[in-house]
Amino acid sequence: MGMLVYLTRRLISLFLSLVVASMVIFLVVEVAPGDPASYMLGINAQPDTIAALRTELGLDQPKLQRYFSWVTGMMTGDFGTSYTYRAPVAQMIADRMWISLPLALMALTLSALIAFPAGLLAASKRGKAGDVSVMAATQLGVAIPNFWFAMLLVLLFAIKLRWVSAGGFAGWDNPMAAIKSLTLPAIALALPQAAILTRVLRSALIDTLSEDFMRTARAKGLTRGQTLWRHGLRNALIPVLTILGLQFSFLLAGAIIIEQVFYLPGLGRLIFQSITQRDLIVVESVVMLLVFAVIVVNFLTDLAYALVDPRLRSRA
Amino acid sequence: MSLLRIQDLSLTIHGKHILKGISLDIATGEVVALTGESGSGKSMTAFATMGLLAQGAEASGQIHLLDKDLLSLSEGQMCEIRGRDIGMVFQEPMTALNPVQCIGDQVMETILIHGAGSKAEARARARDVLTRVGLPPDQFPLSRFPHELSGGQRQRVVIAMAIALRPRLLIADEPTTALDVTTQAQILSLLLSLAKSDDMALMMITHDLAVVSQMADRIAVMQHGEIVEEGATDELFSEMRHPYTQALFQASRHQANLPAPVSAAPLLQVQDLKRSYPLPRPHPFAKRPRFEAVKGVSFEIAKGERVGLVGESGCGKSTLTRAILGLDPIQSGHITLDGTPIATAGPDTKRKIQVVFQDPYGSFNPRHRVDRLVSEPFHLLPDAPQGPARQEAIAQALVAVGLAPSEQTKFIHEFSGGQRQRIAIARALITRPELIIFDEAVSALDVRVRAQILDLMADLSREYGLSYLFITHDLTVVRSITDRVLVMQQGEIVETGPTKQVLDDPQHIYTQTLVGAAPTLPDIGDPHAANAAV
Repeated sequence: MGMLVYLTRRLISLFLSLVVASMVIFLVVEVAPGDPASYMLGINAQPDTIAALRTELGLDQPKLQRYFSWVTGMMTGDFGTSYTYRAPVAQMIADRMWISLPLALMALTLSALIAFPAGLLAASKRGKAGDVSVMAATQLGVAIPNFWFAMLLVLLFAIKLRWVSAGGFAGWDNPMAAIKSLTLPAIALALPQAAILTRVLRSALIDTLSEDFMRTARAKGLTRGQTLWRHGLRNALIPVLTILGLQFSFLLAGAIIIEQVFYLPGLGRLIFQSITQRDLIVVESVVMLLVFAVIVVNFLTDLAYALVDPRLRSRA
Repeated sequence: MSLLRIQDLSLTIHGKHILKGISLDIATGEVVALTGESGSGKSMTAFATMGLLAQGAEASGQIHLLDKDLLSLSEGQMCEIRGRDIGMVFQEPMTALNPVQCIGDQVMETILIHGAGSKAEARARARDVLTRVGLPPDQFPLSRFPHELSGGQRQRVVIAMAIALRPRLLIADEPTTALDVTTQAQILSLLLSLAKSDDMALMMITHDLAVVSQMADRIAVMQHGEIVEEGATDELFSEMRHPYTQALFQASRHQANLPAPVSAAPLLQVQDLKRSYPLPRPHPFAKRPRFEAVKGVSFEIAKGERVGLVGESGCGKSTLTRAILGLDPIQSGHITLDGTPIATAGPDTKRKIQVVFQDPYGSFNPRHRVDRLVSEPFHLLPDAPQGPARQEAIAQALVAVGLAPSEQTKFIHEFSGGQRQRIAIARALITRPELIIFDEAVSALDVRVRAQILDLMADLSREYGLSYLFITHDLTVVRSITDRVLVMQQGEIVETGPTKQVLDDPQHIYTQTLVGAAPTLPDIGDPHAANAAV
């Protein structure tokens, strides 16, 4: 029952966030200076040509109507047509999504795979050599910019060892090749994230070490390691889940620089190009999609909280 | 042969001597109490026995459990002994359980970790042992989480975990200090009956002499890391050879010398006060149900009168206090101080009411110096003294509570618990209030310090004609420092009258339960009874 109430409340808040976000995005893009039609046609365009294009793009309709047609369009999968490319936005996004989503998931998985063992090790060997070296490594991971690290990876694995190509995307027709071309970017994205996650997990675990229930567990006969693993980890998960959720949202669109380094046609590059070309319908749609992704990820994070901590289920 | 034999146990933590050559025997089936004030080394003796000392601690001497010297065992061997041969119950049941694991899993873990059965067997055994501690699975399913249980029920779960494998020795470290008196009585009798039926030795650590006197076969009194007196309970209480034991006993039943109330003019008037809280909605579109924490309470405190308010946790004491202080809005009723409604009162009226809280450390900002802490209530006053006058007021308040004016430049961590509570009282005194509310203000203090603070309160009442409202669960304190007592249960005042009359001859069934459950000191003569005011 508690879980059901919790879920309903989260769903309502998810829906409201989406509505508010769509309005804000629409308004911001609308009030941005510059008319897409005149921008597309260049400085020398005739006023009547511009007017004709405005009609064609639907820019002459009332704002409210345009908002509703934009929103209802998105719900049916019709994201409109790109001003510059004259191609359906949905198709453009879908193409990019097939690169950005797997890349984000790979990076996130990698980051978690590194962070969990490293964080547990550091917390259990607190103050000893293992902890100190893990902390030093994460310090480096946080400090080194990922594009520079990406270039080092390219130098070593692509140019020196020739294991993978230096950039570009092989396409999903050959899944092995596709994964191969995403591997270096995923590593470059994952390492700084793993460093942050390790530090968060370590400090959350160390916080649980001083809890009374950890002492109770030791009194039952659990070793230090068992106590940390069975009782500490789950109690330390809430801050870790928060960071994981934030990282996923960032990885989905925040990979612009890495996409640039590896010549990957991902969402980050799409949004960058559409902004410079004043392709408003693409900007609106991609931003809305990202907001949607962030809100859904937040919703999933909230669900994960409730699964981890029973107190959240009853405190509806 | 003793089950547990501690010989010449010494302990240093980062070079500081904590235990100095402790020797203690506990036989099978025997209940031995370790008592003494905080810092005397009681808990450290227990943790040394469990092998759960903090880093930097070094123990020497011997702790024999039957034929094994626990101090010489490896960590791995100690893990096998903990939970199987020695069980332990802790002070704070609210935090002693893992909040994200259901109680069944936590009890089963003790059984599983020692390989004492399959998962199904462990589950069956967990059911049995939870039933034994008074949590039958048909009412308290194994799938319950700790936050769904009360403090007493949680302590039962902790006990279940500790006794699941029928250990030979059970160590209980202040197991009832955080609990209400009626719950305390139940938990104590549960511990005793378990020890009897399993023929288990019980090492009971408590600062409460009354609890000790009712439970233990033998008592060891500790001071500064040493056992100063040890003996069978009856003998120890009748002889009390060591001055420290005598001092503890005297302080435990200390009676402050109260002046007679000065006048009958009412100062605080509470009329038909109701206070309720919104509860979580049962489903997202439901109306919020409300919990009635205070259901129409009326009482008065006269000028110079000391009134006690007793009741168990959740009875509405704290809600009532917050309402009187004007911290929360009230749903109906009136609270007036000196004729002025508190809700709309200006600084001049609010100045007359001050409060002292339970936790003398937590109620101060650790980054402010004492002068700033003590003079904080001055912000209430439009004409607060400045400059030398302010310094003078701070010095006066500190002197009034028995501290030197020179202490005002120190930080709060430089003081002991008793001194901190004196500073809290100084802070309450500085606006020259007429009513001070003490919210469990002496509960966290050692008995001797508590006795001093109670004396200080009596002196201040005499000197300044102060009225007190004492909110506490401790009937000894109420008896010591109040003229009149209000007994509160489930948001209502069920009995009221002169303190001695109510506590000696309770009329309401609830008061009778409270008085009956409160542990009492043995009624024996005092070897140094010359000036004891009992």
